[in-house]
Amino acid sequence: MAYESYVLVCGGTACCSSGGSAVVEAFKKELEAAGLKDKVQVVVTGCLGFCEQGPIVKILPQGTFYVQVKAEDVKEIVAEHLVKGRVVQRLCYDPAQAKKLVAEANIPFYQKQYRIVLRNCGIIDPEKIEDYIARDGYKAIEKVLFEMTPEQVVEEILKSGLRGRGGAGFPTGMKWKFAQQQPKGQKYMVCNADEGDPGAYMDRSTLEGDPHSILEAMTIAGYAIGASKGFIYIRAEYPLAIERLQIAIKQAHELGLLGDDILGSGFSFDIELRFGAGAFVCGEETALLQSIEGNRGMPRPRPPFPAVKGLWERPTVINNVETLANIPVIINKGADWFNKIGTATTKGTKVFALTGKVNNSGLIEVPMGTTLREIIFDIGGGIRGGHQFKAAQTGGPSGGIIPPQFLDTPIDYESLAKIGSIMGSGGLIVMDETDCVVDVARFYLDFTVDESCGKCAPCRIGGRKLLNYLNKITDGRGTEQDIKDMQAICDAMNKASLCGLGQTASNPVRSTLRYFMDEYMEHIKDKKCRAGKCSKLILYKIDPAKCKGCTLCARKCPANAITGTVKQPHVIDPAKCIKCGQCELNCKFGAISHG
Amino acid sequence: MCECCEKSDLSKLTPVFEAFAGDDHALISILQKAQEIYGYLPVDVLYAIAEKTGNSPAKVLGVATFYTQFRLKPVGKNLILLCKGTACHVNGADSIEKALVEELGVGDGETTDDGLFSIKTVACLGCCSLSPVMMINEDTYGSLTPAKAKDIVRKIREASK
Repeated sequence: MAYESYVLVCGGTACCSSGGSAVVEAFKKELEAAGLKDKVQVVVTGCLGFCEQGPIVKILPQGTFYVQVKAEDVKEIVAEHLVKGRVVQRLCYDPAQAKKLVAEANIPFYQKQYRIVLRNCGIIDPEKIEDYIARDGYKAIEKVLFEMTPEQVVEEILKSGLRGRGGAGFPTGMKWKFAQQQPKGQKYMVCNADEGDPGAYMDRSTLEGDPHSILEAMTIAGYAIGASKGFIYIRAEYPLAIERLQIAIKQAHELGLLGDDILGSGFSFDIELRFGAGAFVCGEETALLQSIEGNRGMPRPRPPFPAVKGLWERPTVINNVETLANIPVIINKGADWFNKIGTATTKGTKVFALTGKVNNSGLIEVPMGTTLREIIFDIGGGIRGGHQFKAAQTGGPSGGIIPPQFLDTPIDYESLAKIGSIMGSGGLIVMDETDCVVDVARFYLDFTVDESCGKCAPCRIGGRKLLNYLNKITDGRGTEQDIKDMQAICDAMNKASLCGLGQTASNPVRSTLRYFMDEYMEHIKDKKCRAGKCSKLILYKIDPAKCKGCTLCARKCPANAITGTVKQPHVIDPAKCIKCGQCELNCKFGAISHG
Repeated sequence: MCECCEKSDLSKLTPVFEAFAGDDHALISILQKAQEIYGYLPVDVLYAIAEKTGNSPAKVLGVATFYTQFRLKPVGKNLILLCKGTACHVNGADSIEKALVEELGVGDGETTDDGLFSIKTVACLGCCSLSPVMMINEDTYGSLTPAKAKDIVRKIREASK
């Protein structure tokens, strides 16, 4: 090491927006002032994953891990830690105010994680190709080009058992094999970086933190299937990821790792970026291809599969970002190393964006087969604010809701499907007892109705009908017949929709009906929402024993629903009440409650 | 403004057409560049793009209306993208929207009379650990409360006076 110490500052989106950039500037300034400019290097890295506690600063070689660092704290870190070698205790992660956890390895958030996809995130400077190369980067492409035939590459990926991380879990090697077996000629390799699931950001972090790994993987795939051209279809809403990819492509060109005659092997491959314009359905592969071709992103029936007829009718392989990030590691360490990780049917790891009502939200990577309990309670640190775990949601709008009885299910594609959810792209949203499952189902349907492309009737009409029923139920106008109708619509959409979006759009409804029928019935029969989320079902009440008759609530009520005389208990007329909550918010005696 | 009297400076499009000359499939990229130039997609610009790219105006409008990124109306100086993704939803995005509507007097897809702010709700900004979140132009604001959201908007309004 040329430097004595390294200061790693997380440059992920979450840390940047909580003041990370100012921290970097402060470090540069303070190190200069302390005369340490040549001894300590400041590195802006990709996402360290512990987004909840950002901005994150890690100091090497000690591995000291500082959280929620502000620009004002930097002077102290430089003076104490870097000059005197003393850890600044007050900035260390300390969830229970009990024991100070100094190094990253001691933080429970990291202990159960296993990083393959995120191997470089938070360690290298994503804007420096040298950093990637120093961590075995571009070693796999060298091995592939000079020691392996395309057939051997496909065979290796098949043997590794890697399955598509976009959600459906199709074996990646099979996809490659189909495309490889097509007659020679123009073929294409596409990276699907159109991450549109609400509640998921693993692809964003991978691209921001380790862009070269995707370029290398695409080049390997290109070699395996015989493609000379690749496209990365990325959301225009991810400016930082786009910028880093552009830098990475330029650097790879300069070193002869991309472009004509890569490393003098005779194989040529180039990558172009295409920006998605905000359509969830474009995550579906045939819709994505339409979009790259400049059309409305509407899916078409399969077969023919893109591996046979894809972009401009040519054989095309489409892989998700996370899938690709595994490829160089599999080539370097071998399929037999990779297929020992995970469960019988699902190999490797999975990255989850752990969010919602959990203490440590952030980006995590765990071996397949880890249980939800380990993820939520060990890594996630349990439910926020002492609340109760109610359900977890995986797979976004295409997934389902998982109730507490399945907390100990080892996660893989098959086990999640069995309990009515899907792996999906990796959003994992934790809910507590203040969340209403009917409202959550309504939320997802609202999303899919908005994003349905409208091409096929089951999705276009079925989704709208389901949403209408859910609105009716959350408004307190539902009937038991509605439940039966909804079940029939769910089945029809699942069987008859053209693409994955429509086929899975009913999953949030199906799974909530399956596990939380009692809550639907409460909404319908008792006109009650136990979580207090469905505003039309909330009833505000004044406790006459606590009410002092101060008249404040009556004056604050915008609907004149509260009546009473001074110094006498007041009453709320439920017929007039618009459930705005102003009375409860303003009552100084805690006399008003809702339920 | 109606279609017949909308007059945009079409010469600004020339470098865009040059950059994508010969690429028959660049319609979306061209629309994205055009929106960067004009701030939205005026009707006469759509016609010009149709003519230059050899597409029918109907196809160009079809693509422009399919994707949420494209706007056919001008937006305010500060575009507020309010995230309504799942994590934001369970952490109270609705109350943030209510606060913004109260503060600005306009709702989703609308622009304030002074042209300073437009509000647009989006499905997910991909920074779920900061939920609820909004983006104003290029800046991300996280862990919002209704009061905090109002305050941010007020400060921007003050700064632009």
